[in-house]
Amino acid sequence: MSNHTDSPSALNRRSVLRRTAAVGLLATPAAGLLSACVGGGTDEPTTQATGQVSAENPLGVSVDTPVEVVIFDGGLGTKYATDVHVPSYQKKFPNSKVTFSSTQEVSTALQPRFASNTPPDMVNNAGSKLMDQGKLVEAGQVADLTDLFAAPSLDIAGKTVADTLIPGTIEQGTFNGKPYVLNYAYTVFGLWYSGKLFKDNGWTAPTSWADFTALLEKMKAKGITPYSYAGANAAYYQYLVILTTAAKIGGPDVLKAIDNLEKGAWTNDAVKQAATLWGEIGAKYGNKAHLGLKHTEVQLQQNQYKVGFYPSGSWLENEQSKDTPAGFDYQVAAIPGATASDKLPATGLYAAAGEMYFVASKGKNVQGGKEYLRHMLSKAGAKGFTELTKSLTVVTGAAEGLTLSPGLTSANAALTAAGAANFSFRWDAWYKNLDDECRAATNKLMFQGGTADEFCTRMQAAADKTEKKFSR
Amino acid sequence: MRQGKYPFVIGFLIAPLALYGMFVLRPIAAAVQVSMTNWSGLSPNFDFVGLENFQKLLDDDKVWLAAKHHVFLLVTLPVITIALALFFAFLLNMGGGTRGGMMTGVWGSKFYRVVFFLPQVLAVVIVGVIFGRVYAPDGSGVLNRFLELFGVDAVQFMAEYGLWSILGVLVWQAVGFYVVLFAAGMSSIPAEIYEAAVMDGASRVTIFFRVTIPLLMETVKVAWVYLGILAMDAFALVMVLSIDEGGPDGATTVLPVQIYKSGIRESDYGYASALGVALAVFTIIFAVLSLRGGKRNAVEH
Repeated sequence: MSNHTDSPSALNRRSVLRRTAAVGLLATPAAGLLSACVGGGTDEPTTQATGQVSAENPLGVSVDTPVEVVIFDGGLGTKYATDVHVPSYQKKFPNSKVTFSSTQEVSTALQPRFASNTPPDMVNNAGSKLMDQGKLVEAGQVADLTDLFAAPSLDIAGKTVADTLIPGTIEQGTFNGKPYVLNYAYTVFGLWYSGKLFKDNGWTAPTSWADFTALLEKMKAKGITPYSYAGANAAYYQYLVILTTAAKIGGPDVLKAIDNLEKGAWTNDAVKQAATLWGEIGAKYGNKAHLGLKHTEVQLQQNQYKVGFYPSGSWLENEQSKDTPAGFDYQVAAIPGATASDKLPATGLYAAAGEMYFVASKGKNVQGGKEYLRHMLSKAGAKGFTELTKSLTVVTGAAEGLTLSPGLTSANAALTAAGAANFSFRWDAWYKNLDDECRAATNKLMFQGGTADEFCTRMQAAADKTEKKFSR
Repeated sequence: MRQGKYPFVIGFLIAPLALYGMFVLRPIAAAVQVSMTNWSGLSPNFDFVGLENFQKLLDDDKVWLAAKHHVFLLVTLPVITIALALFFAFLLNMGGGTRGGMMTGVWGSKFYRVVFFLPQVLAVVIVGVIFGRVYAPDGSGVLNRFLELFGVDAVQFMAEYGLWSILGVLVWQAVGFYVVLFAAGMSSIPAEIYEAAVMDGASRVTIFFRVTIPLLMETVKVAWVYLGILAMDAFALVMVLSIDEGGPDGATTVLPVQIYKSGIRESDYGYASALGVALAVFTIIFAVLSLRGGKRNAVEH
């Protein structure tokens, strides 16, 4: 424990000295008290159950120790866990009880348990109240998943778990070289629109910026808000779009530089150009009332054919299933190419494994938590997830043989068209303060007449102030 | 009896004091301790960092912005609420003119009393959701629908007048309570004083400013402190109503929102506690100053 107030030489005024002395006095007992009443737990490793490693039990799970699983109850629901993954684990280890619970406020429910070193074994860290994953890893609360990915797959013969995953999945959950987090749902981001609206008007999805603006112009003439997102709580959908365009102009390295907090990463020409283009779209084709709307409100307007394009991820169709009119026909388009000299093709996509699942390193049954993830990553587990949530998983080919919804079919097609030209960034999960800053800067750019220069300088300043913790 | 006095008194005091110490003083002390660490809240480990968090606080633009908003609310909220509440309370108690030398309220004052008090019983979050609809930025909002009838373009309440809109809700919710408080204060003013004033030919306005207000000064001062403390909070309303939780771009942020963001969202409980300590100090200073400020001119009746 370091004690900075022990250096009175740096302070010269008497009053300050006196205060420092008082603080120092307070600090000595405080240090002892703190570990007693704030932390609550001890640093000793808790006894962790293990079992015999065998071909049937590659992770060495203790067969009769219960495993505790906490799932975020949000857009994906919890049925996929209670109906698919829990029974799968239970079938394999009938003597080990799976203690299942769900919460809508992950941080509120679990933060005290991590602070006292009594965490559940497997956690789905998601939702608007998710815990800062980077900080969790940094605090040593997250188990290394290397052995899980090296273990054989549960039901795909002859392959390790790693072999069965879409490339990039493990990297997405890697922090400083070690895989800590499983990002389970595979999400395609793009511009969503109604297939019916387009068919009725004879419109087609644009691939170049000129086509894009021409189409937005036509929508405007029809009295539709051509392009919109929800400023009140979903500005990050829009910064994702801006950075997608930046990646198309300057290549995926633009995003890598931003992730690594490099000097000038945000003030790069590609980012500036992208911000300029999107700032114009916001000013010309946006609806400034949508700054005050929440994502569900704007999505509802799109379902009422009042909004043309809406930027989102492939969870959108499932999220809106209650409000979507029959025949609406969700479709997704890749974000159109920006310039003639783009480094990536117009079909390029922001596609990434998302929805974080991790095993707590200080849980009572760490291997059990990993085994639970292995069941999620089985072909049957992944198929069940896709069936119940209309979302793809990171398990290759797990959706084969399923009848996919229109939106998911379209997302799949976009993914095939993109080929190798898919990319993503990590900074938003690594540094929550930058996420907050970028939401504000994006709203300013898109709704309140901010300029691209302001956007770039502001984000650069925020990035420069951030202490670097991760790199890729 | 005299011999047993101290054990008797101590016996009665020990339980409440123990509870108070356990659930009020100890958490406050813990918050002060945490404010001098870099505790993330996600593990039992932390380092003692001295006053570093307080240094960071002084350099944080968002904190200064939030402080500015508190000053704005601290001035406007009590002034508007107290003025409105006094006016309404006067109408309810004495606005109906005199009947046989006695002051009476306006017609239907019992009904209005209930109406004014109603917002007070609603939970703040519900009030926030209701006003979300009132302030909605397009034709679906109550206010904008109303403006539409007169051909006025939709007003972006939360985007452009965020703090004023939130002030409006705070006043709307608070005013009922102070109407009741002032009404009670007014009814305790002896009727003879009013009788004398009426006989001397004083108008209702004169009575209000020359008789009622000076005699209510103590109550108004208490109201001022309560409202000032309310102005230091406003957390729930800002979270529910504002764009991007305290936005756009910090335009409606307040210190409790900054505490929430740095604690819960960014897992920096040390810094969040430092903000909490600073907020507590401001609130105490405000309460002491405003209670001291008006001490001199208490008028007795």
